[in-house]
Amino acid sequence: MEHRNDHINTSGEPVISIRGLYKSFGDLHVLRGIDLDVFKGENVVVLGRSGTGKSVLIKILVGLLIPDKGKVNVLGQEVELLKGKQLDALRLKIGFSFQNSALYDSMNVRQNLEFPLIMNFKHLTKTEIDNRVEEVLEAVGLKDKINQLPSDLSGGQRKRIGIARTLILKPEIMLYDEPTSGLDPITSIEINELINDVQQQYKTSSIIITHDLTCAKATGNRVAMLLDGTFLKVGSFEDVFNVNDARVQSFYNYNFIQ
Amino acid sequence: MIDQQPKQFLVSKNVDDYFIGVNKAYRFIGRFFKEAFKTPFHFREIINQCFEVGLKSLPLITLTGFITGMVFTKQSRPSLEVFGATSWLPSLISIAIVRALGSLVTALICAGKIGSSIGAELGSMRVTEQIDAMEVSAINPFKYLVVTRVLATTITVPVLALYCSFVALLGSYVNVNGHEAVSFISFFEHGFESITFLDVFTSVTKSIFFGFTIGMVGCYKGFNASQGTQGVGKAANQAVVLSMFLVFIEEVVIVQVSNWIRYF
Repeated sequence: MEHRNDHINTSGEPVISIRGLYKSFGDLHVLRGIDLDVFKGENVVVLGRSGTGKSVLIKILVGLLIPDKGKVNVLGQEVELLKGKQLDALRLKIGFSFQNSALYDSMNVRQNLEFPLIMNFKHLTKTEIDNRVEEVLEAVGLKDKINQLPSDLSGGQRKRIGIARTLILKPEIMLYDEPTSGLDPITSIEINELINDVQQQYKTSSIIITHDLTCAKATGNRVAMLLDGTFLKVGSFEDVFNVNDARVQSFYNYNFIQ
Repeated sequence: MIDQQPKQFLVSKNVDDYFIGVNKAYRFIGRFFKEAFKTPFHFREIINQCFEVGLKSLPLITLTGFITGMVFTKQSRPSLEVFGATSWLPSLISIAIVRALGSLVTALICAGKIGSSIGAELGSMRVTEQIDAMEVSAINPFKYLVVTRVLATTITVPVLALYCSFVALLGSYVNVNGHEAVSFISFFEHGFESITFLDVFTSVTKSIFFGFTIGMVGCYKGFNASQGTQGVGKAANQAVVLSMFLVFIEEVVIVQVSNWIRYF
C-alpha cells in the first residue's frame, strides 16, 4: 500500500476552518465539538466507523445541514450566514461526490454532466459545454460512456462520472463521501488514483470521508480519526494509528484483517 | 458512544407528529408560491412535464370517460323510461358530466396515475441523494422539480377534464343513438341547452384545484420521502390516498359554493 508523504504548506490561511462544531438529530448527538483546518492543495481524510457523523460533517460544509453550534468557514465565508445566491456561489466552488454517486437516473452521462453547466452558466455556447464535457470525461477516463444511462454503468464507473460531474464546475474544494465503498479492491485503487490525479490536475483541496484504511493511506496528506463525535487525533496516518487507544487499534486491525 | 436520550413529547408522539406535519405542509405550499413567481422560470421543463402528465394519461382518460358516459346513460335510461322522459337523457347526462363526473373522474385517474408517479419519482430522487446533488450544484431542486410539476398538473388537469367530459358525452351519444335515431348535432344541441356558463366555469375551476392538489401532494410526499426504498413506496401510496381524499373534500366544498352562487 502506497503512502503519501508529499509536503503541504500548512502555514497559510486554511481554505476550510471548522471550530467547535456540534450537530444532533433529536436526542442523537452526532458531532460534539469538531475542530479542523484544511489547507490549500491538501487532502484530509476523515476516518471513522459507519454512523459516526462523517457524512454529516461534509453536508454541513455545503449547507445541506445546519449545525447546532460552532463556526464553519469555507473559502473565507461563514457558511451558516450565507443564503440564496451567496450560498449558491460558494457551492459552485465546492465539488461534492456522493456515496452512491447520485447520478440523475433519467439523464444519460452527457446530460448528467451538462446539467449543472446549463443551469448555472446560461451564457456558455454548445461548443464550450461539449468541450468541458469531453475534458472531464477524459480526466476520469470514461470518454466512451458519454451516451450511456447511469443504470448501464458499473459501480466504479458511476463513481467516476459522479466525480466528473463535480469537476465540470472547476471546484476549488472537493468533498468525497465514501469514494471506495462497495467497490472491489482494484477499482478502489483506481478511484484512489483518480482522487490524487484530481488534486494534482485541478489543484483542489479535499476532504475524503471513508472507513477504508487503504483509501486513507493512499489519498490523505493528513488523517483525522473521528470517535464519539470528536477527532481523537489529526495528523499523519502513522501518528493516528500510533495512538494508544483500543478502539483505534481494533479499527486498524479489523480493516487489515479484512 | 454517541449519546441517545429518551424522547420527550409536547402531548404525545402522534399528536406532535400531526402538528409538525401540518406545519411542514403549510410551509411547503408557502414556498411554492414564493418560488413560482421568482426567476428563473423553467419553461422547457414545465412543457416537458405537461407532456408527461397529459399525453401519458390520455389513453386511460379516453377509455374511462367513454365508458363512464355510456354506462351512465345505460343506467339512467330505465328510470326515465318509467316517466316517458327518455328525451331528457342528453340534458341529464350533460349536466351530470359537465358539473361533476368529467372533472371528478379525471382527477381520480390523475391522482392514481400522476400523483403516484410524481411521489415515486421524487421519493426515489430524495433517497438516492439526487435532490441533494442538485442543491450542491447550486440548482434549486424545489424550483426545478416541484414548481414545474405542480404548474404542469394545474395546467393539464383542467384540459384533460374538458376532454374527458367531451369523450363521456360521445359515449353517451353512442348509447342514445343505439336506441333512438338521434343525430350527433341534435344530441349535443339538446345537451348543451341545459348547461350554463357557471357549470363550465365551476368544472374548470374545480379541475384547477384538483390539478394543483394532485401535483402538490405528489411533490410533497416525494420531496420529503425517507427510509430508503420502503419510503419511496410509502410516498407513492400516500400521494394517491391523500390526493384522492382531498379531491373529494374540494368537490364537496366547490359544489356547495357554486350552488350558493347559482341560487343567489
